[in-house]
Amino acid sequence: MDPLETQSQYQNYVNKKSPNSPIFKNCFNAFWVGGLICSIGQIIGEVCKYNGLDIQLSGTIVSIILIGLSAFLTALNIFNKIGKFAGAGSLVPITGFANSIVSPAMEYKSEGYVMGVGAKMFTVAGPVLVFGISSSILVGIIYFILT
Amino acid sequence: MQDFIQNIDYMQLLYCFITGGIICVIGQILIDKTKLTPARILVIFVTVGAILGGLGIYQYLVKFAGYGATVPLTGFGYNLAKGAKEAVDQYGFVGAFIGGTKAAAGGIAAAVFFGYIASLISKPKMKKQ
Repeated sequence: MDPLETQSQYQNYVNKKSPNSPIFKNCFNAFWVGGLICSIGQIIGEVCKYNGLDIQLSGTIVSIILIGLSAFLTALNIFNKIGKFAGAGSLVPITGFANSIVSPAMEYKSEGYVMGVGAKMFTVAGPVLVFGISSSILVGIIYFILT
Repeated sequence: MQDFIQNIDYMQLLYCFITGGIICVIGQILIDKTKLTPARILVIFVTVGAILGGLGIYQYLVKFAGYGATVPLTGFGYNLAKGAKEAVDQYGFVGAFIGGTKAAAGGIAAAVFFGYIASLISKPKMKKQ
């Protein structure tokens, strides 16, 4: 191989050897996996609606089913493989919330069922609930003042 | 069963797929382009959903995309905010504290319950010494 003489030649060489930024591939995978998870939710919702349930109850049932499924898929180490492939596609839907509960709990199981599993479940889900519930209370208070 | 399949609104399903996908792509861009940890991204999504729900904007996305807007965590935030507003209409000031958690009660309880059970039955990976 010829010695690299100039700065720009070296830069080209580095660029050629370093892996391409996989952001487009990541986004594509996140798009279709995320869309698919939402579509599964939509179909469960349609089944509920078909059986005469109202929209509020259907939404709750969809959340419960998706949360239950992803909790058990996490326990079986399947969800982590999907997550590695799909990135935000499985993190951003409510499945990611369930995964964020089970993952740390599994890891700290050896510390016991109360302070291990019971406490570590909320390392990620805790902040989500704190910020979610707090902002909903603020929304409610502001809404109360305005009406 | 056939009756059910004929009843599915396929355009709605398409909107659901596309909207859900786009919301996830926004998350993916945040992961790739910023140093935000997944925990922070989840918090941001829930909070943004609650704010958009409070402003009355997110409901249009829900009307358009159905579960494509409610399944992502922004929908969880929207649901909290919507519940808080509805409870304020019903109970007055104290409704702000009741409504959000009440609306999301099923999801939160399921997450705690299934999360705990799933953790109990899981076999943690053996750490290599």
